[in-house]
Amino acid sequence: MASIRFAGVRVAYPGAARPAVDGVTLAIPSACLAVLLGPSGCGKTTLLRTINRLQPIDGGRIEIDGRDTAGLDPIALRRRIGYVIQAVGLFPHLTVAQNVAVVPNLLGWDSQRVSERVDTLLAQVSLDPQSFRDRYPSQLSGGQQQRVGIARALAAEPSILLMDEPFGSVDAIVRASLQKETLALQRRTGATILFVTHDVEEALSLADMLVVMRDGHFEQTGTPAEILTHPATPFVAELVDADDALRRLSVITLGELTASAARGTPLPEEPGTIPALDAGVSLRAALAVMLETGAPRVRVMHDGREAAVLDLDTLRNAVRR
Amino acid sequence: MRWRVRRTPTANGGLLQQALSYALLHRAELLAQTRTHVELAFGALALAIVLAYPLGVWISGRRRISAAALGTASALRVVPSLGILALLLPVLGVGTPPSLVALVILALPPILVNVDAGYRGVEPAALDAAAAMGMTRWQLFLYVQTPLALPVFLTGVRGAVVEVVASATLAAFIGGGGLGETIITGMQVDNQAQLLVGGLLVALLALSAELLIVLIERSIPWRRMRHS
Ligand SMILES: Nc1ncnc2c1ncn2[C@@H]1O[C@H](COP(=O)(O)OP(=O)(O)OP(=O)(O)O)[C@@H](O)[C@H]1O
Ligand SMILES: [Mg+2]
Repeated sequence: MASIRFAGVRVAYPGAARPAVDGVTLAIPSACLAVLLGPSGCGKTTLLRTINRLQPIDGGRIEIDGRDTAGLDPIALRRRIGYVIQAVGLFPHLTVAQNVAVVPNLLGWDSQRVSERVDTLLAQVSLDPQSFRDRYPSQLSGGQQQRVGIARALAAEPSILLMDEPFGSVDAIVRASLQKETLALQRRTGATILFVTHDVEEALSLADMLVVMRDGHFEQTGTPAEILTHPATPFVAELVDADDALRRLSVITLGELTASAARGTPLPEEPGTIPALDAGVSLRAALAVMLETGAPRVRVMHDGREAAVLDLDTLRNAVRR
Repeated sequence: MRWRVRRTPTANGGLLQQALSYALLHRAELLAQTRTHVELAFGALALAIVLAYPLGVWISGRRRISAAALGTASALRVVPSLGILALLLPVLGVGTPPSLVALVILALPPILVNVDAGYRGVEPAALDAAAAMGMTRWQLFLYVQTPLALPVFLTGVRGAVVEVVASATLAAFIGGGGLGETIITGMQVDNQAQLLVGGLLVALLALSAELLIVLIERSIPWRRMRHS
């Protein structure tokens, strides 16, 4: 459980024409998965590194759980913040298990507990402990190294997790499964995650809170749906491709739409012929089902019971701006 | 006209036989010389490591100083061993101390250069990750930088060890003892067998020392990184 608050945070590298981070303010609530999205060089990594004080700030303040980090011991602070660095940065001289065990060892856990924790974590990132524990990083693929990097960041059960383009060097399939694992992990541990990417699809599918960054400042902050449906500036609209109707459909779930819309009227047809979809499914997926089956409407199921019926017109209205 | 080098079995056997009997006859003396030789060489190596290691670590983090130090070190390498001895003679006189100093001067450059390169070459991402995990500077040095610099350091030691064992022969010129004594007197009295024994023993020492370091290097599991 940890909330993060930036208040007017500024970082100016010596000799740079303009600050890399230029007075940003943002509150990230506890257990939130916030995604920093922005083009290369806009200051994402720099901002991330201010949180665990790897990067000193030249102005403003950063609070964790309401406490100014400037007053905290940086070493202790870093040990309770997991950080998946952009370059993975596994220790080449340590085995996978030893890499994952670094922070628990620094914290002085007993070896039995460390070893159990390592196996649990490796399993969680879909690496078989038996076959991966004793390998060296040079004996792993890029994607496997990234998984180990994630396991290592999670090792001491941090309440804050900073992830800097953690899935940079993996193919689309592995990427999707790692994204799923990240979401599951976040729901399970309740960690506050700050996730950096310049992949729009990834940002939209992961974010509770999406922060669009440009040239050191925040261009817009909101849920993916808010940002896609109401982009604040032309830059945001272009970056997230807000004109793409399918993309807008992809960030709204059936549940979100039917909660606001009126309940569907009872239908004359046999319920069995109408596809039933869970409320957590996106409008885009629902549309795909309608196109595939030819069904003009779908039933929206909530906890196994029909909550609403949705037709193409409702979908069309939802996507219209 | 046909030229022919006469190498009759008896002549060869003769030299080897003479060498063998020389070795047997002088085995106590040879043993003592070998011992002095090893002590000189490894004493110099140890001293050079003690001096060059901390210096190398220190300069590895300072670009300008490092350039100056490495320049000096490579200049030192150019001075022939015999020259160093000649220069030291008026200052330190004869015996073990000047021999040791000369050998230390020989061993310093390769070790210094490689310690510097080793620490400088540690992957920045690994350092970054270590800092992010809350390692103190000392833990970073001990658990990350030093093991990663180790293979490069050992390569430097390997270079130094061969040089020092070979050059320790020259210590005999200034009364420092060692297997050089056998070789020098062998040259003076023109005794081929004696020269052969001395030369072989020095070569054997140098080779075994190098082999020892190679074995240590091989035992490091992370010595060769596959770049993926
Ligand atoms: N150590 C540094 N010294 C000077 N300038 C730096 C340093 N690190 C980054 N910068 C500059 O600060 C700006 C922001 O860099 P940063 O690494 O935060 O960008 P980023 O958004 O993470 O980019 P990317 O998506 O490419 O990783 C860039 O213009 C970069 O050149
Ligand atoms: Mg970056």
